[in-house]
Amino acid sequence: MTDLSQLERLLRVGGVSRRDFLKQATALGITAAVATSAANRVAHAATPKKGGRLRLGIGHGSTTDTLDPATYENLYMQVLGGAVHGKLTEVGNSGDITPELAESWEPSADARQWRFKLRQGVEFHNGKTLEAEDVIASMNHHRGEDSKSAAKPIVDPIETIEADGKDTVVFALKSGNADFPFIVSDYHLAIMPSKDGEIDATAGAGTGGYSIESYDPGVRTALKRFPNYWKSNRAHFDEAELLAIVDVTARTNALTTGEIDAMDRVDIKTAHLLARNPNVNIVETSGTAHYTFAMRTDTPPFDNNDVRLALKHALDRKAMLKTVLRGHGVEGNDHPIGRSNRYHAGDLPQREYDVDKAKFHLKKAGLSSLAVDLSAADAAFPGAVDAAVLYKEHAAKAGIDINVVREPNDGYWSNVWLKKPWCAVYWGGRPTEDWMFSTAYAAGAPWNDTYWEHARFNDLLIQARAELDEAKRREMYHEMQTLVRDEGGVVVPMFNNYVMGLSKKLAHEEMGANWGFDGFRAVERWWFA
Amino acid sequence: MYKIVKMVAQRLALGLVTLFVVSLIIFLGVELLPGDLAQEILGRSATEETVAAFRRDLGLDLPPHTRYIEWLAGIVQGDFGRSLASQREISELIGVRLQNTLFLAALAAIISVPLALFLGVMAALYRNSVYDRAVNVVSLSAVSFPEFFIAYILILYLAVKFPWFPSLANVDPTTPLMERAYRSFLPALTLTLVVVAQMMRMTRAAIINLLASPYIEMANLKGLSRSRVILYHALPNAWAPIINVIVLSLAYLIVGVVVVEVVFIYPGLGQLIVDSVRTRDIPVVQACSLIFAATYILLNLTADVLTILTNPRLLHPK
Repeated sequence: MTDLSQLERLLRVGGVSRRDFLKQATALGITAAVATSAANRVAHAATPKKGGRLRLGIGHGSTTDTLDPATYENLYMQVLGGAVHGKLTEVGNSGDITPELAESWEPSADARQWRFKLRQGVEFHNGKTLEAEDVIASMNHHRGEDSKSAAKPIVDPIETIEADGKDTVVFALKSGNADFPFIVSDYHLAIMPSKDGEIDATAGAGTGGYSIESYDPGVRTALKRFPNYWKSNRAHFDEAELLAIVDVTARTNALTTGEIDAMDRVDIKTAHLLARNPNVNIVETSGTAHYTFAMRTDTPPFDNNDVRLALKHALDRKAMLKTVLRGHGVEGNDHPIGRSNRYHAGDLPQREYDVDKAKFHLKKAGLSSLAVDLSAADAAFPGAVDAAVLYKEHAAKAGIDINVVREPNDGYWSNVWLKKPWCAVYWGGRPTEDWMFSTAYAAGAPWNDTYWEHARFNDLLIQARAELDEAKRREMYHEMQTLVRDEGGVVVPMFNNYVMGLSKKLAHEEMGANWGFDGFRAVERWWFA
Repeated sequence: MYKIVKMVAQRLALGLVTLFVVSLIIFLGVELLPGDLAQEILGRSATEETVAAFRRDLGLDLPPHTRYIEWLAGIVQGDFGRSLASQREISELIGVRLQNTLFLAALAAIISVPLALFLGVMAALYRNSVYDRAVNVVSLSAVSFPEFFIAYILILYLAVKFPWFPSLANVDPTTPLMERAYRSFLPALTLTLVVVAQMMRMTRAAIINLLASPYIEMANLKGLSRSRVILYHALPNAWAPIINVIVLSLAYLIVGVVVVEVVFIYPGLGQLIVDSVRTRDIPVVQACSLIFAATYILLNLTADVLTILTNPRLLHPK
């Protein structure tokens, strides 16, 4: 990336975010004004065109999938949900929160009560008009005793939901949460038409840009543009087809032979070969997805912070990034907050591979050597077993003997994760710091896989959640990242990029980095140039 | 004739017992796998509360024998039940996929059976010639490679380098027949390469075996042409082993194609059973296994009946 034109091209195809573009352009010695106008030129050049049939090849999807958003668990259903359903809010292309079905929102002073004003005249695919009761019924689908929803933990903090007239919904939370508008953008919390206070979750009607023509779980979905879609600058394709192509070679073949227009999860081992194809662009976004090695801080020897620090210093993250991800990612710094998060502490020094420090901490813990088991399976993340073996090699130099236990892929999340004292884990990440921390680092959280209980951290978490002052929040999240990094039970070797292959016929604006496939919104955001 | 009917009836009754045992083994097998449907569906997102709610809702909290007996009671009345995961009728879920699987198997059989017979007879006719050796080497090589490898090679040459056929066999019930056959051609060709060797070798061996018999020598001495000796004198007596190997190959084409389905994204039964095992969706696994087991039982029965028809001596054991 040495000259502006190359950068411009990257910006145009989404290889670099607008923010990064400006940063790098400035680094090239180009003044901010020129850089910004260049960025705008690119954005302007990309005027969406209507029409065509988009075919996506998605590396997930199973015959057991259902249209109920409460059970969405893979990218296939998430992308389908992104095309069919609207939520109250949307995470925009550059990671900020933007209005969707809610036109505006207003917190109370303690951030405990949130009033969402709904957009007028939004129509569901079944012809019903959006009203407050639909929002309430859709939210209640995930709440309550009999909820089977994967989103239950994130709607649990909601105490009551009430309608104030037909177009205002008031959420009362158990405690203040300044990020609540982010919470309601979650892909599970799709707003669906209600009847007598209940939604038909598997009917597949939503407010999104595309309605479902046919749905064959684990095989294909045919989507058709919804003529009464309220967004005028979205949903450019006439039709879309989502194909479940789990085998990566089959997906790559389909893309190179033109059977599909885009695929997710390019095989990083062959990505450089695919990039030579004249009809294909490799597009990467770096978001919040990351790999971890979670140590149970309630189990010896990991209950000793010096042991944890020794292990954190005994890993060469650069080498692991290069080997396991072939560079398609970013080094981790032993905390789960990614660069695309708002309060990412970029000034924290990068944790380096330091054998002396590892030995020092080991000695401080009163040990001359250490033998520990590390459980891994490729179900944790692709290449997890290789990563564990690599870790073993690095740690051996510091006198630490890591015994890599290869676990079965089947049932990894129910039998190994949260159970074994040290194991490899994958996190898709969360759009906000609070969400990530409350999900996996707060004391007592069901997925606190390090069983970490840190009084100061937990205090800060609650304070920061209700804090509406930006500067104060930034400071608090900074301290929390430092705490996790230096006292937490997690080794974060790297953040993985979402690597996609797109036909050159496709065009898009800045690619959303919060999730794969443009924040799950590829179908409504992209177009054929 | 009465003997054949009696044998068919006996075999069908035995088949039912086999199906029962199969269903029991499959049920116990899936029960032994770690985790259950609730945990697998919720995956990473599972919490104790939601898992418990899931189990209550689907009756997974009942003891295994109760669930098995309930399922059996349904089956006896012809009710396959509903998929636990998607709540869809299993008969509806399986219907389209079974058709797809049978279509692919039929297409592969239409190509491979005549091809194998032709190659086999020719190989017997020109035994130890260059042709015989070449056919043997090629077909044995093809059967030695794993299926996915053959599939990828075919895709590389017939879809990527020379884009004659699609690399995705995405068919659906609305696809017209010719289009369907075109889209399914590469998977069918892959399967053909996998099964042809066995049938071809068996045909060749069965015929050659007979060539040493006195009546063939007699035919030769009469001065009949070699092709006439093989086609009219040897082949009719060689049918029994050939039919058996053809039928076993057909059974394989129906139940053993999951790898080919995955590579070509062909929506058949194999993918369904793999997904269902993964999510511990027992009723669907059971239904698929019963179909597969029934396929084997029926095809074996067919083989035996056909064998007897071509060789009535078998009805009168000494």
